Amino acid sequence: MAPTTTDKIKGLICRECGKTYPPVSLHVCDMCFGPLEVQYNYEAIKSRISRKTIEAGPKSLWRYIDLLPIQGEPTVGLYAGLTPLIRAKNLGDELGLDKLYIKNDTVNHPTLSFKDRVVSVALTRALELGYDTVACASTGNLANSVAAHAAAAKMQCYVFIPHDLEASKVLGNLVYRPNVVEVEGNYDDVNRLCSEIAGERKWAFVNVNIRPYYAEGSKTLAYEVVEQLGWIAPDQIVIPMASGSLLTKIWKGLNEFHKLGLIDGLTTKVHGAQAEGCSPISAAYKQGRDFFKPVKPNTIAKSLAIGNPADGYYALKATAESGGAMDSVTDEEIVEGMMLLAQTEGVFAETAGGVTIGVLKKLVKQGVIKRTDTTVALITGNGLKTQEAVMHAVGRPTRISPSLAQFLKTFNLDKHER
Amino acid sequence: MVKVRIPTPLRPLTGGKNEVEATASDIQSMIESLNGQFPGLKDRVCDDKGEIRRFVNIYLNEEDIRFLQGKDTPLKDGDEISIVPAIAGGAHPHERSA
Repeated sequence: MAPTTTDKIKGLICRECGKTYPPVSLHVCDMCFGPLEVQYNYEAIKSRISRKTIEAGPKSLWRYIDLLPIQGEPTVGLYAGLTPLIRAKNLGDELGLDKLYIKNDTVNHPTLSFKDRVVSVALTRALELGYDTVACASTGNLANSVAAHAAAAKMQCYVFIPHDLEASKVLGNLVYRPNVVEVEGNYDDVNRLCSEIAGERKWAFVNVNIRPYYAEGSKTLAYEVVEQLGWIAPDQIVIPMASGSLLTKIWKGLNEFHKLGLIDGLTTKVHGAQAEGCSPISAAYKQGRDFFKPVKPNTIAKSLAIGNPADGYYALKATAESGGAMDSVTDEEIVEGMMLLAQTEGVFAETAGGVTIGVLKKLVKQGVIKRTDTTVALITGNGLKTQEAVMHAVGRPTRISPSLAQFLKTFNLDKHER
Repeated sequence: MVKVRIPTPLRPLTGGKNEVEATASDIQSMIESLNGQFPGLKDRVCDDKGEIRRFVNIYLNEEDIRFLQGKDTPLKDGDEISIVPAIAGGAHPHERSA
C-alpha cells in the first residue's frame, strides 16, 4: 500500500518570529513581516522514508514526495527533475579539480531550467488549494515553466516579465498562449506590481502567495546530487544566486537528509555566485554584513538580475553556517565561463551557468575549493535561451561552395587520406 | 517634526492614515513617539529586544537606515521617513480549503 502523505505538513511558520499558520496561500507573517515557510512533521516522515523507498520511486523529482509540500498525489510536472549529474573530467582538468561534477538542469523537462522543479510543486499545490489561475513574476525561466505547465494542466495563466528579456525567453512564453505581460521596468518593478495584483485577484502567484510551497521544489536539486553521488553529500557546491532562494533551499535539503539519517555526515560548504552587475548578496558577504543594499541590475545574466533579493539574508546565513563563500564575476567572465563549459563538457548553459563556472574558477584559485574536494556546480538553465550573450564570441561558420576542392583547400587537407 | 509614511498593513493602527507626524531627534525616539500616538505600533516594528525587525525596512530620505546609524540615526525637522515591509505584502488567503 502506498504510504499516506497527508500527515507530513504541519502548516506554515514564520522564519523570524515563529508564528504559525494553517497551510494556506500566505507568504508574509502578519505580525512581523517575516517570510513564511512550510513546517513538516519530520518524525512521521522519518518513520517511512529511506534510501530504498526513494530509489523505488518515480524517475522524477517526485521520488522525494515525502519532503515536498503537497498533500495528495502530484498532478502537475510529473516528469520534472532527475537530471544528469555529469562527471566533468575535462573541466576539472582545466580548473585543477580531481572530482568535479556538473548538475545539468539545462535538460530539465519540459522547459530546460531548474524552474521546472519549483513549478511542478507550486502548480500541484495551487490546484490542491482550489486555484484555476496561475501567475508569476519572472526573469524568464520561471515564466517559461509556468506557461508550459499551465497549458498542460489546463489552467489560466498570466506571466509578468521585464521588457528587455532575451528573444528566446519571450518566445518560450508566447508559444504556450498564456497572457504574457511585459512590464516597463526591471524584475524588482515586476515583482512589486505582482504583489499588488496578488492582493486584488484570486490567483496563485507561484513566487508570491504560493512562494512557501514553490521554493521547496528547489530542495530536490540537493537530494538528487546526494543520491547520484551514492548517498554522499559533496564537499563543495557552487550555486548561482538571484533571490538567494535556491542556495537557501539546497542547504535546507542537505540538512533534512542529514536529520532523517539518509546521509551519515554533513560537512558540505555551499557557495553563492552572482554577476558583478547585480551582486547585492555577494557584496554583503564580502563586507561582512548580514544585510544587503538593493541595487539596480546591469548584467547580461538577466536570469539572476534581482536587485532586491527576497532571500538574500537567508542565503548569507546558510553560506555562513556551512562555512562557504560568495563571489561575483564580470560579464566577460560570464561569457568565458559559458564557453569553457561548452568546450570542455559539451554543455551549453545560459548566462547563469557562466556565473557559476566563473565563480567556481575563482574559488579554486583562491584556495577555498581544493583539488581533492568532491565539488558540484549547479547549472540551472539552457544556453539556447540566452543566445544574445555569446553571439559575438562564437564566430561564424566557414562558408564554402559545394565543391570538394574548395573544402580541402579551405581546411588545408590532403586529397587522399585513405 | 518629521513625516512618516505608514505601510498598508500598519494602517489599522493609525486610523487608516498613510502619513503621520512625529516629534523626534532620532529613529528610536520616533518609534516611541509613534507608539505613544498609536499604541501597539512598536511591537510590529521592533522585536522583543527593541531591535528593528529584520523584514521591516526604514528609510530616511530614501536611504536605508542600516547604512546610516540604525535606530540611532539622528533626525532633523522636515525629514521624511518611510516604513516599508521588506517583502512586498498584500496577498490574502483566498483558497476554498486548505
